[in-house]
Amino acid sequence: MTSSTTTQNVLEQPPLVQGGLDFAGVTQTVVGVVESKETPKIWFALFGVSVILLLMLLGMIGHLIWTGVGVWGNNVPVAWGWPIVNFVFWVGIGHAGTLISAILFLFRQGWRTGINRFAEAMTIFAVICAGLFPGIHIGRVWLAYWLFPIPNQMAMWPQFRSPLLWDVFAVSTYFTVSAMFWYLGLVPDLATIRDRATTPIRKLIYGLLALGWRGSARQWHRYERAYLILAALSTPLVLSVHSVVSFDFAVSQIPGWHTTIFPPYFVAGAIFSGFAMVVTLAVPARALFNMKNLITDRHLESMNKVILATGMMVGYAYSIEFFIAWYSGNALERFTFINRAFGWYAWAYWIMVSCNVLAPQVFWFKKMRTNIPVMMVVAILVNVGMWFERFVIVITSLSRDYLPSSWGYFSPTGVDIAMFIGSFGLFFTLFLLFLRFLPMVAVAEVKNVMDQAHPSHH
Amino acid sequence: MNHDATPSNTRSHDWKVHGYVAEYGDVDSLIHACEKVRDAGYTKWDAHSPFPVHGIDDAMGIKPTILPWIVLGGGLTGLLTAFVLQWWTNAIDYPFLISGKPMMSIPAWIPVCFELTVLLSAISAFLSVLVLNVLPALYHPLFNLERFKRATDDKFFVSIEAADPLFHETNTKSLLASTHPAALETCMEETKQAKLPIAFHYVGALATLLTFIPLALIYKARFAKSDAPRVHIVWDMDWQPKYKTQKQAKFTGFADHRTMRQQIPGTVAWGDDPDASPLTTGKDAAGNWINNFPLQVDAQLMARGEERFGIYCAPCHGLDGAGTGTVARRAEQLLAANKAQGWTRPASLVGTLEDARLRRDTPNGELFNTITNGKNTMQGYGGQITPKDRWAIVLYVRALQRAKFLPDADVPPELKDKLAGK
Repeated sequence: MTSSTTTQNVLEQPPLVQGGLDFAGVTQTVVGVVESKETPKIWFALFGVSVILLLMLLGMIGHLIWTGVGVWGNNVPVAWGWPIVNFVFWVGIGHAGTLISAILFLFRQGWRTGINRFAEAMTIFAVICAGLFPGIHIGRVWLAYWLFPIPNQMAMWPQFRSPLLWDVFAVSTYFTVSAMFWYLGLVPDLATIRDRATTPIRKLIYGLLALGWRGSARQWHRYERAYLILAALSTPLVLSVHSVVSFDFAVSQIPGWHTTIFPPYFVAGAIFSGFAMVVTLAVPARALFNMKNLITDRHLESMNKVILATGMMVGYAYSIEFFIAWYSGNALERFTFINRAFGWYAWAYWIMVSCNVLAPQVFWFKKMRTNIPVMMVVAILVNVGMWFERFVIVITSLSRDYLPSSWGYFSPTGVDIAMFIGSFGLFFTLFLLFLRFLPMVAVAEVKNVMDQAHPSHH
Repeated sequence: MNHDATPSNTRSHDWKVHGYVAEYGDVDSLIHACEKVRDAGYTKWDAHSPFPVHGIDDAMGIKPTILPWIVLGGGLTGLLTAFVLQWWTNAIDYPFLISGKPMMSIPAWIPVCFELTVLLSAISAFLSVLVLNVLPALYHPLFNLERFKRATDDKFFVSIEAADPLFHETNTKSLLASTHPAALETCMEETKQAKLPIAFHYVGALATLLTFIPLALIYKARFAKSDAPRVHIVWDMDWQPKYKTQKQAKFTGFADHRTMRQQIPGTVAWGDDPDASPLTTGKDAAGNWINNFPLQVDAQLMARGEERFGIYCAPCHGLDGAGTGTVARRAEQLLAANKAQGWTRPASLVGTLEDARLRRDTPNGELFNTITNGKNTMQGYGGQITPKDRWAIVLYVRALQRAKFLPDADVPPELKDKLAGK
């Protein structure tokens, strides 16, 4: 029974809903934020900054399309520069949302309900940021439809044996499925807002979005079945998406990319970075909107445990890569990895190792796992480290591959940097709008894990 | 406990009873009530709760939904679509050879097969929830009840519809009353649905008509003939912001604004020969064809010329230089059979008695130049044959020419018998 994760646990964990809230209290805590006429001033400040960054991003995209991809630092031999680093970074962040909403659901982890809505929103916005970069990376964006198998006047078809094409299918499927999963979860909560709405505008908008949901048991029956199936589908999907992203590298012949460890290594890294991002976002959001009774310290502690576990997996992958490079006896592989740690980009490599492997080690201690400032610092370090991981993989392998005569040092341009910062503007604009106008906690699901939700005679 | 909620501002004959609605404060009461209504044999009734209540499916006697089977169908459709798509496009319609893999490379198709299976499964799960639950349904008679708004907050309801065959005004009500509800109400619904405002019809009709415009344009583009060039919305690389030859430009960075630069001292332009000499050009300092040999003539050079001639020249010009090599003879056959056109016969290097120009009067230098750069339809062989070898060939051609019309007196006596075939 799900209730075992709330009160009857042998480990005597604290309950998932605190502050003595009943059903109506939960509704009020979450929906009250949407209904409140008073927006916190800090929200406006953050939103303003985000929109400015978003506008900068849009300006940079316009500049890029008008002028050409030469405005980036990408050039032979490093033809995949920051855009692909940013793509993998963002798509990885998205994975924690699906993990929380799908995999933890299948494992019957009741604690997911406090943070799943939030994490799923993060997934969708992160995938939007991710999809942006390969979209504009193709150069002639007006021909982006060539990526899809659409009959055309050239009588040509995409090449289905290319990992880049698999990526198109994987990322677009991932976005579509995540968006449907998220919206399906939102429908009952949107109905709650509709039924409490006092203004005609809110009645109209939330009424339309809620689709006429009336919480009927027959509706819930099909809803729960569909939700379970979507969770079961999303679980292999999320593993496949980052595996396919890793194929972009692993299927090529570049030393340092051509390794079989990439799919599991990428998936672990994605979950690692995603959980760090959830913590980064959840800690300030729950303080800002008074959600401490629903997103409790126990939720944060559980996420920090996941960060510790996945951080160890990533650290294991780093070391096994070195071992295999030595064990393979392949001179090029050996050179590539020595070059990573001690070559031109050694600084990036050691930032990666310290942020991803060393920083999370503090979470072995319960005091650290439950200390808000410590977890914020570690989560942000992990975000930084995971960006550098992708930087190290993409840049070091390309800058020094087979031909020493073709080696070249990569430097980003101002446009590269502005676009990366701008992508945070896009992400936070969407995320702040979500926090203000949609229920940030899955109200119906939280009620479902409360003690009162379980019939006593069963 | 009875509160009849008939909206007071409407005339009563526009309204009829939709059903009875009972409210409960907790999950246990709801489950008990559901079991009672189920046992009474009702079919058109429902329970409403802010979250899915465990055990309510049994309490209500809800049969498992067919939704998973629809999802299975969707998933199999996705799998099949992906496979047929990849097979048809990459192995049949536009066969692509990639890294020597077979056209039907199933392992490489797995990712897309997987993704489309998941995609279509998920879409069918999502759509099935909506379709099977008859959503979106923005209006429902239950929404007329103010009390029912808490069905999505903290209260639980059971509703029995008047459309149920067992529905009875008093019996049904007393059944619900016996479940100890917190409240019991009659839900009313309008007998007639409000008409859609006429503007919706116009907008709908207009929108429908507008959808035909792109279709008509596609149809026209597909089947009508036009001499006009294609419309290029984006010109790609047809126009490039670059400096072209023979033009002036302000921003070349050079004082004279020329886009073309003068040759930089010490460099060699394409096609230039800084070491030009009679040996490489066949011309003297004044630019006239030389008629001697710029290297020592001996039997060794002659032998080299014969060998090179046999390799490079004889296929067309023939071993005797008469223009009847194997290529030329084959071409004549094809011409005679009307299987080829536009063949230019190779020149005879030895010529006839009347053809003095080729035979004797052409200077050695000009002959050398013809080998180097070609003539008429003959390609130049400067790239393949070294200058020394070209001169060797000139020497051998001279020998062939002399041999063709050699006076009897000049033939060495020891070869005369051989020539006579003895």
